[in-house]
Amino acid sequence: MTATLAEVFARVHAEKRSALIGYLPAGFPSADEGIELINAMVSAGVDIVEVGLPYSDPLMDGPDIQSAVEQALRAGATPDVVLDTVEQITAAGATAVVMSYWNPIERYGVEAFSARLAGAGGHGVITPDLTPEEAGPWIEATASHGIDRVFLVAPSSTDERIATVAAVTSGFVYAASTMGVTGARTQVSSAAPELVRRTRALTDLPIAVGLGVSTGAQAREVAAYADGVIVGSAFVRRILQAPDQPAAVAAVAELARELAAGVRGN
Amino acid sequence: MSIESIVPTALDAPGHFGPYGGRFVPEALTAALDELDAAYHAAIVDPAFVAELTELERTYTGRPNPLTRAARFGELCGGARIYLKREDLNHTGSHKINNVLGQALLTKRMGKQRVIAETGAGQHGVATATAAALMGLECTVYMGEEDTRRQALNVARMKLLGAEVVPVTAGSRTLKDAINEAMRDWVTTVDRTHYVLGTVTGPSPFPTMVRHFHEVIGREAREQILAVEGRLPDACVACVGGGSNAIGLFSGFMDDPEVQLRGYEAGGDGVATGRHASRFSAGSPGVLHGARTYVMQDEWGQTLPSHSISAGLDYPGVGPEHSWLHDTGRAVYEPVDDTEAMEAFAALCRTEGIIPAIESAHALAGAMRLGRELGPEAVIIVNLSGRGDKDVETAAAWFGIDLAQQP
Repeated sequence: MTATLAEVFARVHAEKRSALIGYLPAGFPSADEGIELINAMVSAGVDIVEVGLPYSDPLMDGPDIQSAVEQALRAGATPDVVLDTVEQITAAGATAVVMSYWNPIERYGVEAFSARLAGAGGHGVITPDLTPEEAGPWIEATASHGIDRVFLVAPSSTDERIATVAAVTSGFVYAASTMGVTGARTQVSSAAPELVRRTRALTDLPIAVGLGVSTGAQAREVAAYADGVIVGSAFVRRILQAPDQPAAVAAVAELARELAAGVRGN
Repeated sequence: MSIESIVPTALDAPGHFGPYGGRFVPEALTAALDELDAAYHAAIVDPAFVAELTELERTYTGRPNPLTRAARFGELCGGARIYLKREDLNHTGSHKINNVLGQALLTKRMGKQRVIAETGAGQHGVATATAAALMGLECTVYMGEEDTRRQALNVARMKLLGAEVVPVTAGSRTLKDAINEAMRDWVTTVDRTHYVLGTVTGPSPFPTMVRHFHEVIGREAREQILAVEGRLPDACVACVGGGSNAIGLFSGFMDDPEVQLRGYEAGGDGVATGRHASRFSAGSPGVLHGARTYVMQDEWGQTLPSHSISAGLDYPGVGPEHSWLHDTGRAVYEPVDDTEAMEAFAALCRTEGIIPAIESAHALAGAMRLGRELGPEAVIIVNLSGRGDKDVETAAAWFGIDLAQQP
């Protein structure tokens, strides 16, 4: 059993830093290469891995993740590839959560998915298009298998809404830094600190900021006010731009080291 | 506070049709959907809004449009008494304008300056571009690249009306992908943009709101059939892509159990070939584009590509209310394949002098089937949801008419 989300956040708090959360879709560019890339990420300092479940209609994602997910689907990425990826990276010591659009989980069955994920050693699921109102059966299934449920808040969320979301969330709250889709941006949105401040007032859960963080300097900036820094598209882009798998592994590790220094304020 | 106390039972929450509908969206859109819901509910009980919309319908759209007896076409439908609800005679050439005028007025009420839309056949895009021009709104329309080719005339119309048309090259390059791209735009620009969703799909309140703006079809049809026949029809027939024209017509007869409601989906090359858009024949309940509904999907919940000669029916999901009407048996849905639809298309052209949209030709094919089943005493209303000018190239190619050749 690897560290739970709560244990990871307790550890980074003790170290007076933020957690680095890295995203990659499972099965990208293939199942085995995907696992190697994630393991490289973890060795280089990623604290929590978000394993993406590739979906045909990723309407919250920008061009980089869209094209990675299309590649993964062409290479045969199914929920079972995702669960197998979780199992293997957990065996290598990673704390893993799954990030998935709702339909593949509903299709798999909320009970079956929670049970299989717990069996694979996964700790949580981020569901970017599941609202608390629709989450009844999901809350029961995840609770019975000890799986954390990560919901999102956004700059447009009212305080009342943040409270509603936080009440069904466990592990950490995912604060979307900006109104938009995933993708590297030159600046982290100025809405992010305010959103974290408002969320902090309404929950004791750790708060991680995602969308648009791609460099060590940006990670350092976000780490100053958030408990976790989430980076996805920047990793994906490095892999898309790499000429081959060894170069991709090296590029992912290099970025992870830069970001890991950032979340430590360096 | 316990979880139970703050999470309503989804099935009882507003915006649901039995287990279908709901809201499955990024949190960033929740505030905008709440704002829209509030604006919509306030507007439809505001006499000023209702008067403005009604006046536009009368003087701009050209409502009420007629209910036309199609006697010669009826001979091909087992002699049934066929009536066509003439949405094709609306300004812009289809039923789409009903919804768009309502949403454009709401956009102004919400103080937003820009509208975006998805479009398949281009009819909704044209209608949105039209309303945007009329009301001085900026307009961007997302359209699958494949559809920009087969509906080139409508692309030109949108541009003439001042809209920006963005061809979408992701995925299957059709309506489904245009909706993804419109959602991505909306989540980024929501503070000043309203997404004029074109059918009864999507997150709540869209299915209910879009239905409301199309209920005028059913209201008029009911009044008109009672005036001419002195009784209710035996059946109402419509094509179903997302299903807005069908819901509009059905809504006038929903509480009359003696009136059959029949929806016709695109059978494409035939349901057995896998190249079709028959959600109720070959799909299953799932979540797509913000709502739970019947979806064409594989065993892992990945959306399957749809196929139809008709761009407007070429969509792997369907409005959630239709899913509920299907499960409860209140409405019956059947596929009509490309060949059968094009035969009905040709039949209407030659018996009535009306060139229908290929989408609507699916409903006409359904009426030919149903009329033969119900016999000559039957009264059937067919929603002629659009006119076929946009489809002339596709139809010419289908029937082997060389557009370049001199007669």
